[in-house]
Amino acid sequence: MIRVIKAELRKLRRPTLFLGTMGAAFFFSGLFTALIYLLIDSPNGNSDRGRRVGRELLALAGGSTYGFATVGSLLGIIALCIFAAQTAQEYTYGTLRNLLVRQSGRIRLLLGKHIAMSMFAIVMVLLSAILSVGTSVALSGRAKVSTDLWFTANGWSSIGHTVLNVSIAVIGFGTIGMALGLLLRSPISAISIGVLWILIIENLLGAVKASTLQWMPGSQLQTISQGGTVDISYSHAMQVGGAYVIAATVVASILFSRRDVAN
Amino acid sequence: MSNLAISVKDLSKKYGERMAVSHATFEVPMGSVCGFVGPNGSGKTTTMRMLLGLISHTGGTGEVLGSSIDNPEEYLSSVGAMIEGPAFYPALTGSENLKVLATLGGFPIERVQVLLDQVGLGDRSKSKYKTYSLGMKQRLGIAAALLPNPKVLILDEPTNGLDPEGIQEIRALLRNLADAGTTVFVSSHLLSELEIISDYLVMLRKGEVVFSGAIQDLMKQQQPIILVKGSSNEDLKKIVEIGTAAGHHSIIRVDEVHIQASADWAPILNRAAFDAGITLSKLAPTLPNLEETFFEMTGEQK
Repeated sequence: MIRVIKAELRKLRRPTLFLGTMGAAFFFSGLFTALIYLLIDSPNGNSDRGRRVGRELLALAGGSTYGFATVGSLLGIIALCIFAAQTAQEYTYGTLRNLLVRQSGRIRLLLGKHIAMSMFAIVMVLLSAILSVGTSVALSGRAKVSTDLWFTANGWSSIGHTVLNVSIAVIGFGTIGMALGLLLRSPISAISIGVLWILIIENLLGAVKASTLQWMPGSQLQTISQGGTVDISYSHAMQVGGAYVIAATVVASILFSRRDVAN
Repeated sequence: MSNLAISVKDLSKKYGERMAVSHATFEVPMGSVCGFVGPNGSGKTTTMRMLLGLISHTGGTGEVLGSSIDNPEEYLSSVGAMIEGPAFYPALTGSENLKVLATLGGFPIERVQVLLDQVGLGDRSKSKYKTYSLGMKQRLGIAAALLPNPKVLILDEPTNGLDPEGIQEIRALLRNLADAGTTVFVSSHLLSELEIISDYLVMLRKGEVVFSGAIQDLMKQQQPIILVKGSSNEDLKKIVEIGTAAGHHSIIRVDEVHIQASADWAPILNRAAFDAGITLSKLAPTLPNLEETFFEMTGEQK
């Protein structure tokens, strides 16, 4: 198992992939966090879907991670793309046969790849969290937001919880991406279907009938990253989102362990 | 452990209604070079995939190094393979690609550079795989197959894309590996190359084994032939008629006639051709080579 993880990390640490992914994560984390502070007095809102986040809310113990929690689902989509591409490209490049000759335990190979990609995703989450909290601190003075509670025991606990929740959500998105990669065996198809569903179809369904969002996978994982929302509770999101992730894991494992490798 | 590196019995693979491999039975002795030949689509790659546990078999049994192909984890650490051409990550260098596989297989990383040097890629090890020529990709595939210092090496068309010098190098490499005790199971379209290096041969046709055994045994079974050339196509047709009339199997292949007959009949043919007004430009009694035998046994047209 350790060998599989180390081999996968060799691929993941290549500069173009690592820097590209971190660059995208930094861009979204920095942008979304900065907008909350720069647009704090905007009548059009300063958060996602035009919501207003005031100084009082940002001054709470968890205020330093508000921007980071907001960007959690975008980090999840990045993870979905990485997991899907890294899995599906083994089929398109034909490299899966090399891997299986060197490691014939298919579930071990799949699990090792998943752990390595999850480690990669957690690094992305941690670095994004540092950037986002740093941006919040840097812009708090300009936005006249008090940071007195941010680095108290409660503040640190809040940072820890947010990082954990975003990590859970990001790995959940990634697992769904991995299942799509195994199912479709094409990076482009897996990424486009995954992103299309989460960014467009779920939102369209939610616009037609808001209650559907209670049962959509992307919506649950987004809720987990935010630690729960007014519309969907954290525990509900964990149960429904967890069910989707478990289903994706079972499908991926069955497909990978039983399917002939004929390309 | 038996003296067999590979042993399969009634091995079959069915895709829907189509039998890709049908009741294949053959053995490959330890330390030999065994050529695996057959026309395109005859089931060579499918058989190799089954031996490596990449695809399941729908019938029969198989063993590699004494372990069942149902449990590939028991023998794959001693097996090197390149199936259906080299396959690597384009964005990684040749060296990084091999390091991924070395890490995965638990082989010493230092072996990577040694193998790259051995296959002639030492000075391009830091170049990305996507910049490699077809021949270089093929060499990298062979280096990857050699990573485990294998007891059995399974190679599918390893000389594809190589220049004549490269082919000669790979031929020498495979022979040296076999001499050092590695069993080499290799498919190739270059039958003349296989004839030079192989001790054993497995021949497939439409998923069925039509011959398996020592290459000398195959050649001994073959009828001697007389190769005849005339000055025109008309002459060739007349020569076929003469041969057929005398009860010998005669066939035109490219620009010459192959007549299954012993050398004793050559003077008789020469006289008959002369009487028919044909001037022969070639009259050569010979034993068929592997290529001719292959065409004969698989029914393929040259």
